[in-house]
Amino acid sequence: MMYKEPNENGRFGEFGGKFVPETLMLPLEEIERELEKAMADPTFRTEYMDSLQEYSGRPTSLTFVKNLTEKFNGAKIYLKREDLNHTGAHKINNAIGQVLLAKRMGKKKLIAETGAGQHGVAAATVAARFGMECIVFMGEEDIKRQELNVFRMKLLGAEVVPVFSGNRTLKDATNEAIRYWVQHCDDHFYMIGSVVGPHPYPKMVREFQRIIGDEAKQQFLEREGKLPEVVVACVGGGSNAIGTFYPFLDDEVALIGVEAAGKGTNTPYHAATITKGTKGVIHGSLTYLLQDEYGQILEPYSISAGLDYPGVGPEHAYLASIGRVQYESVTDEEALHAFQLLAREEGIIPAIESAHALAHTFKLVPHLPKDSAVLVCLSGRGDKDVQAIMNREKGGADIAAISND
Amino acid sequence: MQLSLTTKTMFIPFIMAGDPHPDITVELALALQEAGADILELGVPYSDPLADGPIIQRATSRALKHKMNLPKAIELVPVLRKKGVKIPIILFTYYNPVLQLGEEFFFTLVKENGVDGVLIPDLPFEESGPIRKLSAEAGVACISLVAPTSKQRIEKIASSAQGFLYCVSSLGVTGVRDTLPDELESFLMEVKQYSRVPVAVGFGISTSEQVSMLKNYSDGIIIGSALVQKMEQLGDRLLHEETKQEALNEFQRYAQMLTAPLGKRCTP
Repeated sequence: MMYKEPNENGRFGEFGGKFVPETLMLPLEEIERELEKAMADPTFRTEYMDSLQEYSGRPTSLTFVKNLTEKFNGAKIYLKREDLNHTGAHKINNAIGQVLLAKRMGKKKLIAETGAGQHGVAAATVAARFGMECIVFMGEEDIKRQELNVFRMKLLGAEVVPVFSGNRTLKDATNEAIRYWVQHCDDHFYMIGSVVGPHPYPKMVREFQRIIGDEAKQQFLEREGKLPEVVVACVGGGSNAIGTFYPFLDDEVALIGVEAAGKGTNTPYHAATITKGTKGVIHGSLTYLLQDEYGQILEPYSISAGLDYPGVGPEHAYLASIGRVQYESVTDEEALHAFQLLAREEGIIPAIESAHALAHTFKLVPHLPKDSAVLVCLSGRGDKDVQAIMNREKGGADIAAISND
Repeated sequence: MQLSLTTKTMFIPFIMAGDPHPDITVELALALQEAGADILELGVPYSDPLADGPIIQRATSRALKHKMNLPKAIELVPVLRKKGVKIPIILFTYYNPVLQLGEEFFFTLVKENGVDGVLIPDLPFEESGPIRKLSAEAGVACISLVAPTSKQRIEKIASSAQGFLYCVSSLGVTGVRDTLPDELESFLMEVKQYSRVPVAVGFGISTSEQVSMLKNYSDGIIIGSALVQKMEQLGDRLLHEETKQEALNEFQRYAQMLTAPLGKRCTP
């Protein structure tokens, strides 16, 4: 492979790095060292692949969505079905990788942050499976938005700690998880859920999510005898997108990341970090983020709790800066429309996060030739969103709007 | 900032610029100087203070409500000087506000306004190269931190420390703690072996008993959350003209009580 980021300091070009309190430097160095050893150890690799297969049900399907392809009368649409994973989203890939690493390092307690609750559920799940304790930090606002996932985590035996600071969403949950980690870094393992945070997390999470792209590439080649022309994924922190894009970086394939435009990127209510953000440091990493002129981090907004994050993985910032990946954004309304369309036309209820990737794909395909194909990462299933969307359709309060207004 | 190693243990208080109101910051600083402070740590509010516990987080929120920010905090320093604060002033700020201001411009402002040192808690040694270079050019001390987890990192951090070396007493964020770890004494002794500058200890220190114990092993004691908590308790009394002086006196007495074991203090 030509692409070699990050360097030994955890920099993707100028992005990334380790901007953390001194207390965490040694724990990070330990993780870095152990990760390197683990990745070079065939036993670890086998354990990881076996767990993905036997416990999570991988490989996940590649589904050709015939009805929508016909409807839009353009490029073929294929979905990489991460929604079919155990626990319902791609998050489990990373959780399995990190819990195996934690086990190798002799840690028995996991810390996790969660937005939509998908990573929290994945962390709680692997904690149960591998006999570890798990404490999940979740913004109080997200707890309201994602009641079902909160209950799932508790059923799985995890402790869910509500976070009351800031906007009470993912950013604040991450702050609190990091503070807890600083206090307990001697015996806890911090399991970050996305390609964010200080080095080596963005690299580690990429390594545990690239299975999405590796599988999809092979499956697509088998089906079509070529690579797709375009690959699309939604981007909050960006782990499903990095996992999907990474194996295609050296190929002649257009890569598109889709951010949450919320109520519109011309309003203050969005989470379109690359589209609208500027360079800065958040959660230990130099990347693009939403901030004011004095470097105070702004509260993002999206209907989707999983995309409601003011930063983005540093590798995305880098890929945007070199023009390798194109970043677009879609609004709440467009995502909701795509959500319904996939449900009605194909019998698949996507996560509202993944519906952002679909919405952009549906805009794109009519303009592409019929012999071309677009691969979309369907990062998760929409069961968790059904309640919120039901309330919305009943004309009830706009659940997502409550968090910002 | 040149500090000489003396037998006297320094008192290094922390207050947040603009908390509870920008006008009162000057008077709180003066009260601390009266109480015998040797160096003032002036905090700059940041939306996401990762190294801080709930008390400093609340101080941050109050200061942000009054639109305090990095350039304003720097410009507060000449005001403090004009009103009689003579002790060295260290600016405590997270890295992102510095980045947004621009690292070079930040040091231009710092130098112009007579700030003696800067402390950036989320900028570890490995990432601090450019900042150290700029601080050296500006003749401003760049304060480094070592933590109980620093272990083999202590030597490299301590050997290039400027101003004073900030020892984080225990795992965790800023706050008030009833007990400090048993290993603290040996940790401080180890750090002192490598350090050419005074070694100060902070995080969690909130009683005169702790001060009494630590004065034998450190050249300085940093107290933040305990003072901010006291200020919170004084609340509105600090803001009203008729109760302000009395509240400031109480604040000063509290600082004196906490640091009494450091010996009789005199105003510089």
